[in-house]
Amino acid sequence: MNRKEFLRQSAIAAIGTWLVPDFVKAYEHRSPLRQNDKILVVLQFSGGNDGLNTIIPYRNDIYYRERPRLAIQATESLPFTDEMAFHPALSKLRKWYDDGYFTVLSEVGYPNPDRSHFRSMDIWQTASDSADYLRTGWIGRYLDAQCNGACQAYHAVEIDDQLSLSMKGTAVKGLAVSDPQRLHNQTQNKFYQELAKVNHEEYHNVDYLYKTLAETISSSDYLYAKTKVTEPPAVYPAHDLGRKMRTVSGFIRSGVEASVFYVSHGSFDTHVNQKPQQDRLLGQYAEALDAFLADMKKLGRLDDVIVMTFSEFGRRVRQNASNGTDHGTANCLFWAGGTLKPVPALSAAPDLSRLDEGDLRYRTDFRDVYATLLDKWLQVDSTAILGRKFPGLPLA
Amino acid sequence: MNIHEAKHLFLRAGFGATPEELREAGRHSTRKVVRRLLEDADNALTLHSIDPQQVGYSRKNLLEMVMQRDSLTAEQRKQMVREVQQQDRDQIGDLNFAWLTQMGQGKSALREKMTLFWHGHFACRSNNPLFVQQQNNLLREHALGKFGDLLGAISKDPGMLQFLNNQQNRKQSPNENFAREVMELFTTGRGAYSEKDIKEAARAFTGWGFNPKGEFVFRKNQHDDGEKLFLGKRGNFNGEDILALLLERPETARFVVGKVYTYFVNDVPNPAVIADLAKDFHKKDYDIRWLMEEIFTSSWFYEPQNVGVRIKSPVEYLAGLQRTPGVSYGSKQSVLYVQKALDQVLFYPPNVAGWPGGTAWIDSSSLLLRMKLPEVILQSAELNFRAKSDGDVNTDYLSKRGARQFRDAQLDWSVFGKPFEGLSGEGLLDALTETLLQRPLSPAQRQLILRRPRKTELRDFTLALLTLPEFQLC
Repeated sequence: MNRKEFLRQSAIAAIGTWLVPDFVKAYEHRSPLRQNDKILVVLQFSGGNDGLNTIIPYRNDIYYRERPRLAIQATESLPFTDEMAFHPALSKLRKWYDDGYFTVLSEVGYPNPDRSHFRSMDIWQTASDSADYLRTGWIGRYLDAQCNGACQAYHAVEIDDQLSLSMKGTAVKGLAVSDPQRLHNQTQNKFYQELAKVNHEEYHNVDYLYKTLAETISSSDYLYAKTKVTEPPAVYPAHDLGRKMRTVSGFIRSGVEASVFYVSHGSFDTHVNQKPQQDRLLGQYAEALDAFLADMKKLGRLDDVIVMTFSEFGRRVRQNASNGTDHGTANCLFWAGGTLKPVPALSAAPDLSRLDEGDLRYRTDFRDVYATLLDKWLQVDSTAILGRKFPGLPLA
Repeated sequence: MNIHEAKHLFLRAGFGATPEELREAGRHSTRKVVRRLLEDADNALTLHSIDPQQVGYSRKNLLEMVMQRDSLTAEQRKQMVREVQQQDRDQIGDLNFAWLTQMGQGKSALREKMTLFWHGHFACRSNNPLFVQQQNNLLREHALGKFGDLLGAISKDPGMLQFLNNQQNRKQSPNENFAREVMELFTTGRGAYSEKDIKEAARAFTGWGFNPKGEFVFRKNQHDDGEKLFLGKRGNFNGEDILALLLERPETARFVVGKVYTYFVNDVPNPAVIADLAKDFHKKDYDIRWLMEEIFTSSWFYEPQNVGVRIKSPVEYLAGLQRTPGVSYGSKQSVLYVQKALDQVLFYPPNVAGWPGGTAWIDSSSLLLRMKLPEVILQSAELNFRAKSDGDVNTDYLSKRGARQFRDAQLDWSVFGKPFEGLSGEGLLDALTETLLQRPLSPAQRQLILRRPRKTELRDFTLALLTLPEFQLC
């Protein structure tokens, strides 16, 4: 055991003895029953990213006809097939594409698409049909189905102060943390710690509250102890998304037993004067993702991590009168890192000649993407989590 | 009734009570106190922070100007649209704050609680402040009336018709959204109808629309007056007929009573009690006032398994702090920010199914935030929490940074402390516990609080009690 490992072990041992109530301690040293050491990072583009100006159909006349002022010219774009090109701000992703670590899935969506942000995001986060309303998220249900019901919140971590619906299961909910140090400061509150340990009357729902409190404290201690003894990760860009991806990397480096991380980026709601806003957000995305993939590669973990990037919808094919785009439907989705590769046919450029009231038709149901990530990557049965059997994506 | 029962009643039928109100209620029979609550609820204070004349006028004017003025540049026009939208959002924020204040301070607590319940049942969003105010007042007006009247009114409400796309429901191209939700979420619940019934109902609702002034409009030429086959019955049904047929179904009474029960009594349903209540509710022509009186005067309502087990929604939490210990928030920004951070912004339900409720409110971060809030509100501490941006311009503006401190919140300790004068130490702690919590502290909890260093007992004990996980329950 080297010094670093020793420090880590003792930090964890210290938690075990005096901070954590017994019923939590019981789970502490048990293996969380992860099927493997694969990691999924879900990266959410909030607000509806304009996929057609992200992966550009640079030889498509319809695209240029429908977007007289907003289209990105073929000369500016970065072609990677004879149909599709990257937005110039994504130049840093080109090499990952060439190395087979960045895949574009085109026209991902769902039947009867909803064009409202909050509803469509709800559908993506709960993995419901468009006419259904589910009260739990798909990753939350993954937690419910794992660990024989004894999953800890930190098995799925959202880099944020507020937890998304995606992360909320019935019995288990993921952990929202922007900064493990800050969370630790909060849970170091002596009164909270004493409360979590003190005997209290037990009845319906109060048990849930105390369990949540105790787990929050133990999760926070766990993350803090794990991360403080590891070296800080490589250099990341100094913007919000860069910091978030750096935090994810810090957790992975320090061996935090989480299989899912959740990160949001936005806002992509570009009704007006789209270009500068989208350029900036995509540039930040490419920088942060490039740094993260390089970091994982250096760590020897690139084949163990998939970053799946989605948005609640794409935008209309035709630009609006304000040099922006309005809410649309199906959209491109990105899949970076890992060893699973969807077949190239799923990446074929979107069909702009066959629109549904001016919007793209979906070709791949997003729940087939989820099913593949659950069944083939995290290796859990997706049927219970998604409510029915989705065949998943054909893989190369 | 005793003081504990009174506390339970006031928390469930409203948002809590002051120590004096509890003591007063403790002197009377349950029946009498409930009657009094219902009488108090007869005052339906309408929200009127928006003047329909003025709003409709200015909004319409501005928009017309934006559309028609060729002299304006595109940029100027966009700027004007943005201003109108921002003004609308501000006004919806004003309505939010006015309603929350009414919940926390108004006389007719039960009516406000029922209005909040129906806002979750008939969940709806609108960007038009006039529609928002109008719908909220509609829910309030019918909150304790006949469910059939409420259903009829909300089905013709512009905000709802807009939200569920019935303006696009025309004879030639029916839109089923409204018809589907009326059955799935408002009346029978799932399983009582087929997809074919939805299609037929949608035909009956064709032509139901509204105008910009916020009035219901029946567009006869868009209405399909042909024969329909709905729930096994045949006829040239119109929308009213469909609603009447739905009210005939026993499933509707069961569905509505089931929701009332899990909201007001216990989130674990009791099927036998619900079935009995539903049968009578149906017989009583869906009289909501009768239903609530029946629940609040029943002995099972006060049984220990139903007391102190309900997780307060964020709005109930915020409104409750106004009732006990008597906080006044002063300004809207921080109150809206906390609603956003805790996932319940009034007038912005997550979807047409309403807020999930129960344990869905509580995860690690929302619990820590709730435990920190008393300090933030009572001692102007800074809230170290960044509410999530969700990409929706209508709610994202609430996540602005400036709102993380309750600068204007006030609590008059001398008023709150009056009933506890002369008490100190354990006696004071027990009296405060009895006012603020639903169940007594365990001996260990009591010791824990008494052991803490303190400067002012009244404040320190109060703050400690408000921080307890038990305070999240009612």
